[in-house]
Amino acid sequence: MTEPLIRIEGIGKRFVARGGEPATVFENLHFSIEPGEFVCLIGHSGCGKTTILNVLAGLDTASEGYVFVAGREIDGPSLDRAVIFQSHALMPWLSAMGNVAFAVRSRWPQWSADRVRAHCARYLELVNLKGAENKRPAELSGGMKQRVGIARALAIEPKMLLMDEPFSALDALTRGVLQDEVRRICAETKQTVFMITHDVDEAILLADKIVLMTNGPHAKVAEIVRNTLPRDRHRDTLHKERHYYALRNHLVDFLVTRSRLFNANPPPGYDPRHPPEIAPGMESTPSPEAAAPSPAERVVISLRH
Amino acid sequence: MQTPAWNWRATLLSAALLLLFLGAWHVGTLPNAGEQTVDPEYAKLVGAAAASGQKSALPGPGDVGSKLWSHIVDPWYDNGPNDKGIGIQLAYSLARVLAGYLLAALVAIPLGFLIGMSATIYKALDPFIQVLKPVSPLAWMPLALFTLKDSGVSAVFVIFICSLWPMLINTAFGVASVRREWLNVARTLEVGPLRRAFRVILPAAAPTIMTGMRISIGIAWLVIVAAEMLVGGTGIGYFVWNEWNNLSLSNIICGILAIGLVGMALDRSLERLTRLVTFPE
Repeated sequence: MTEPLIRIEGIGKRFVARGGEPATVFENLHFSIEPGEFVCLIGHSGCGKTTILNVLAGLDTASEGYVFVAGREIDGPSLDRAVIFQSHALMPWLSAMGNVAFAVRSRWPQWSADRVRAHCARYLELVNLKGAENKRPAELSGGMKQRVGIARALAIEPKMLLMDEPFSALDALTRGVLQDEVRRICAETKQTVFMITHDVDEAILLADKIVLMTNGPHAKVAEIVRNTLPRDRHRDTLHKERHYYALRNHLVDFLVTRSRLFNANPPPGYDPRHPPEIAPGMESTPSPEAAAPSPAERVVISLRH
Repeated sequence: MQTPAWNWRATLLSAALLLLFLGAWHVGTLPNAGEQTVDPEYAKLVGAAAASGQKSALPGPGDVGSKLWSHIVDPWYDNGPNDKGIGIQLAYSLARVLAGYLLAALVAIPLGFLIGMSATIYKALDPFIQVLKPVSPLAWMPLALFTLKDSGVSAVFVIFICSLWPMLINTAFGVASVRREWLNVARTLEVGPLRRAFRVILPAAAPTIMTGMRISIGIAWLVIVAAEMLVGGTGIGYFVWNEWNNLSLSNIICGILAIGLVGMALDRSLERLTRLVTFPE
């Protein structure tokens, strides 16, 4: 078995409450990300999604457990793991070009100004920002700001992208357009991505693998859902794909009820170190009713390696 | 937004208020003509104003105006230590203010950076700042005169100490409240500490630092007048005090006006600089 790009082994996060017992946000998390894979993490607020992303980014540390990047334990932030922040996090005193150039100069300090400029222009063009290079963030719309954030992350040519609900602050139309672009860019560049979302449709459109988290406190990885839709998918034809409803219903059902009840009543044989991998709709007919998640209908593939 | 018509009205109103004030001043200081009781020979000797039995020695707007004009046409004359042009006096004051102010900026901005970046240094220095900040800068004057043994340098020291606090506190506050997300961007890009300080923290905190610098220059200009009244010799503060000793109220009013105008110019130029470093969110 080859080494995954990211391997998470039993990480947990505890906060020491004032005078009380330590509060556990999540614990005993295990999952991995293969090179070229697009992984979405879905869970309700408070299950520690952002903390997990920050641990992967090196901005935060887990209270316990280990995270390995290409076989080596994580040691602080790295240019190999670019972060796209929820709030775009652009520096308002720099232009769009300036923001991207700041990142590019961090990666390649020895580059000449012309080379930096050309490199930035290429990535701003990739996210369709040609013509807005010299605008300050305040002069850009929310969607354009997030595009700059994406260009900044891609421009340093990282080994993987970490996205923290990157489109949640955008209106539905802009979100759709940006999702399509991220899909296109990641498919073209075979980028490895770890993205946090609470939007089921976003996960279905973008992800190869969807990690489902139970509610906090003591959140866990309940299961890992393989996206059973063909890799080449489009927003307008998505709902006509064979396993679409089976997949969507499975995810919605998890978020609505099972994420809440899972901790108290884990399914028999559940082992957090090897969360079951599920491919909704692969066995049964893809009707919405039939896709309701009962254990008999699930294909359980062990993640043991 | 203000429309041009609105501005025009405000200007007109300002001009009307000025005229009203000048008129009231003129009427209030009119000599009581016709009540001349003194001998005409004596009147010739002591001057019209004194002889006319005017109740107040306060000069009218005409007197002040002509005095002001004489200062404007010849601000650089130098007739010995007690009679220098208003331009020379203002230049002395400005030089002292700028020297003390720039020294304070050199100390306050790096120190404020340290305080803003480190909670430990902040906690360690906070009691000193809290005790020293409310001390009137003039209270330092005797100590400065004794230790520095030079009245000019002491005045600069007083300006230094009074400009220090607003810059120090604003720099520390600006640096401490740089948004977490910008620092996180710098961390994920593996930006070194120096580049982070100059390329992220400094531009982010610049508007707050500049606000502190603007407060400081205002305070420094207030304090220099009082300091120069104490140390004497040169400067606009000394000029005002000297004219009090000369009982030339016209010159005192000219001095007040000059202090106000220079103070406004200082504030305006700092405001311009602040606008240069301010970024819209």
